[in-house]
Amino acid sequence: MNPGAYITLSALLFSIGAVGVLVRRNAIVVFMSVELMLNACNLALVTFAKQTGDLSGQVAAFFVMVVAAAEVVVGLAIIMSIFRTRRSASVDDASLLKY
Amino acid sequence: MILFWLLAPLMVLAAIGMVVVRKAVHSALLLAFVMVSLAALYAGLDAPFLFAVQIIVYTGAILMLFLFVLMLVGVDASDSVVETIKGQRLMAVVLGLLFGGLLSIGVAQAVSATVVGLDEANGEGNVPALAQLLFGRYVFAFELTSALLITAALGAMVLAHTERVAPKATQRDLAQARMRDYAEHGAHLGPLPTPGVYARHNAVDTPALLPDGSTAEASVSRSLRARGNVRRAHAGDVDKTAAALDPEAPAADLSERGSGR
Repeated sequence: MNPGAYITLSALLFSIGAVGVLVRRNAIVVFMSVELMLNACNLALVTFAKQTGDLSGQVAAFFVMVVAAAEVVVGLAIIMSIFRTRRSASVDDASLLKY
Repeated sequence: MILFWLLAPLMVLAAIGMVVVRKAVHSALLLAFVMVSLAALYAGLDAPFLFAVQIIVYTGAILMLFLFVLMLVGVDASDSVVETIKGQRLMAVVLGLLFGGLLSIGVAQAVSATVVGLDEANGEGNVPALAQLLFGRYVFAFELTSALLITAALGAMVLAHTERVAPKATQRDLAQARMRDYAEHGAHLGPLPTPGVYARHNAVDTPALLPDGSTAEASVSRSLRARGNVRRAHAGDVDKTAAALDPEAPAADLSERGSGR
């Protein structure tokens, strides 16, 4: 097993997710990109766990999953309530705080 | 490593597709592929517990939640392609390429190639070893996640709840509203016209044709029109269909007669 390859894949997935957050304007797709970034971090953590022979990396990945689940629930609820009042899921439309 | 080299290119392609694809549902499906492949990679990295959790929590729960919200928000809520900030997309892609290059070159070089392996740590099984850590060294963090989960559940309930400001419309109210519309605007009292099923296509996405050859817009479901799935019906179609049904006309004559008028 070559840890460098796994870490490179993780870095690639993370940057693709970052580009998705910057480029997309549908709030749900932006959110999916954030999930992709979290998953990429998890892959790095699990790889480091195997490399160092310490299970703490897997525990950290487990905690990331728990936090991601909670985050998705609240985030999607926010998207739903914004959609209900503004009839739009685009992140450009929710710009009221700017003014 | 065979598993890795099989999955890694597919995962990167699926991730790029997730960012590029227009429809949010397709993005969700591509993300599901990436997540299931990640689960397979976890299995190869001596993490059977995370393999199961990844499939159950991420693919099972989180992505289904995404799909539920997509269905609630409406499938027609796809992205517009207009750029609000000029050159934003190009800048983002350049930034992403630079960032990805920096990360992969920098981090991959910093990672040493020595692998200790988890055979010793997983001695009595991966799940018991993880449980030792979770309920031993990390028990405080584990307890804190319960507070986090309760907060998230409460927050979702508060955000998703809506007070009913007006009483629920009964059947009597609906009938009265319909009669009022008829009296004031002359709206049609009866049900909406049926779509052109059986007339030309065996599907509900074909609008009904009115006697003068124009299409009845109200005859197709609103969500079908929002998705852009409605078939076009042209004025000449009536003549074409009539010609096709005419037993005396030769079949070869069909196209000329349809387009001639």
